[in-house]
Amino acid sequence: MTLQLPIYLDSSATTKLDPRVLEKMMPFLTNEFGNPASRSHGFGWTAEAAVERAREQVASAVGCDSKEIVWTSGATESINLAVKGAALFYQDKGKHLITVKTEHKATLDTMRELERIGFEVTYLTPETDGLLDLTKLAAAIRPDTILISVMYVNNEIGVVQDVAAIGNLCREKGIIFHVDAAQAVGKVKFSLADLNIDLMSFSAHKVYGPKGIGALYVRRKPRVRLQPLIHGGGHERGFRSGTLPTHQIVGMGAAFELATQEMDSELPRIKYLRDKLLTGLQKMEEVYLNGDLEHRVAHNLNVSFNYVEGESLMMAVKDIAVSSGSACTSASLEPSYVLRALGRNDELAHSSIRFSISRFNTEEEIDYTVKLLQEKVTKLRELSPLWEMYKDGIDVANFEWSSHDTQRDVILH
Amino acid sequence: MAYSNKVVDHYENPRNVGALDKNDAQVGTGMVGAPACGDVMKLQIKVGADGIIQDAKFKTYGCGSAIASSSLVTEWLKGKSLDQAQAIKNSDIAEELELPPVKIHCSVLAEDAIKAAVADYRTKNSK
Ligand SMILES: Cc1ncc(COP(=O)(O)O)c(C=O)c1O
Repeated sequence: MTLQLPIYLDSSATTKLDPRVLEKMMPFLTNEFGNPASRSHGFGWTAEAAVERAREQVASAVGCDSKEIVWTSGATESINLAVKGAALFYQDKGKHLITVKTEHKATLDTMRELERIGFEVTYLTPETDGLLDLTKLAAAIRPDTILISVMYVNNEIGVVQDVAAIGNLCREKGIIFHVDAAQAVGKVKFSLADLNIDLMSFSAHKVYGPKGIGALYVRRKPRVRLQPLIHGGGHERGFRSGTLPTHQIVGMGAAFELATQEMDSELPRIKYLRDKLLTGLQKMEEVYLNGDLEHRVAHNLNVSFNYVEGESLMMAVKDIAVSSGSACTSASLEPSYVLRALGRNDELAHSSIRFSISRFNTEEEIDYTVKLLQEKVTKLRELSPLWEMYKDGIDVANFEWSSHDTQRDVILH
Repeated sequence: MAYSNKVVDHYENPRNVGALDKNDAQVGTGMVGAPACGDVMKLQIKVGADGIIQDAKFKTYGCGSAIASSSLVTEWLKGKSLDQAQAIKNSDIAEELELPPVKIHCSVLAEDAIKAAVADYRTKNSK
């Protein structure tokens, strides 16, 4: 097989739709176009049956009852419904919520919105390896804490939080526990039946399913209540109105089923590729792994290349599609807030690259990537005054940098 | 983000990369920016007895536009007097490289680097 460029190594951003999933979706984009809410004819019944089968597939992939699954447009909506819905419903019990600084923006911005309308939120700082220290979480709990939201798998650094232990703590204290599992399905083994989790958010497009579809798990025993955010025809038991997108739902069901069925055969291969990539990159000096390696999903690698600037590195590696922790597209440069929360200095945060491997990547692609990075990082370091200083034994971090305020200049120009 | 062909050319084939001896009295060194801001430019000029810049070298830590801006000015500096060098404006650099508004700061930094290198040379040779 010849190598196709560019190589897609950004599966945490989104995945390619699996052809087997597309095949399952196609009938519902063509002849089976009925509205699953139509009760008076076969078009509706066929669609409804497909939706309910997909609900069973998702439920069995995550170990819950199908009645506990609510369809949404994606993890962002699920998180909004879970966090806002629970906060609004239980606000008479208390107005305090807890989350972590390294959560996805879907959680952080939802929390900010709740702060705006009178809730109080504690944002915990994880340890430098990205993991949450449970004693710090326990210490942050107040009598008026009503909800804790922690992601299962971090989208940037791939670390896996101990949601089982957090769940036990929440249950003991009578606090609702929401988990953002957008990056967890098919990557970590879990069953909601064994966990004290009340709400869990899912997305299809991270698992080789279609974009624009997700689900929220809402526990029934003990029952969790939510105030709906989208009102209308009372679909999804009133949790989320709106005509169901049958084809998307069918795709999500198929994707979740495949992901959990194939996990055992797929993950060792992906982990082999990831470890090969890491070993290859670590042959260079001053390459730092971001986030714990052991409590980490198999497909994620997030590394910083010291003394090389992130955006120029991205420019140098155009042949691979990856994500950078540095967003230098605006006048005010903003390194990844996740890496900052881990205590990474600005330079390292700026020079980080997230590689996320998918079921479609090959060993040849990984070998190409290692070679490309070795070549480009070496070239950029030859160009880097910081690398020169480092090689001359100068402590770059504690060097007295001139106070040229270029950011302010930009605004004046 | 889309880069102009000129930025890509300078980025892929940077001119005058390297270092001059910063202890040489003929050499002026300017280092501007800070790693925390994502850009550091080191620009060096070597000035002849006639006051004309004979050589210029750079090393830049920064985005493609920052690398291109510093590469471009090393080309421009050679053969110029110090006063001519100081007259180079960031807007000239931005225009030549067709920098988008969000990358104007790279050209500002390059202008600052020229000023710093000239100032360093003048301080060294003021006695
Ligand atoms: C951890 C995490 N949560 C939430 C989301 C949002 O998911 P969606 O794109 O389905 O709204 C993402 C995807 O970007 C994610 O990685």
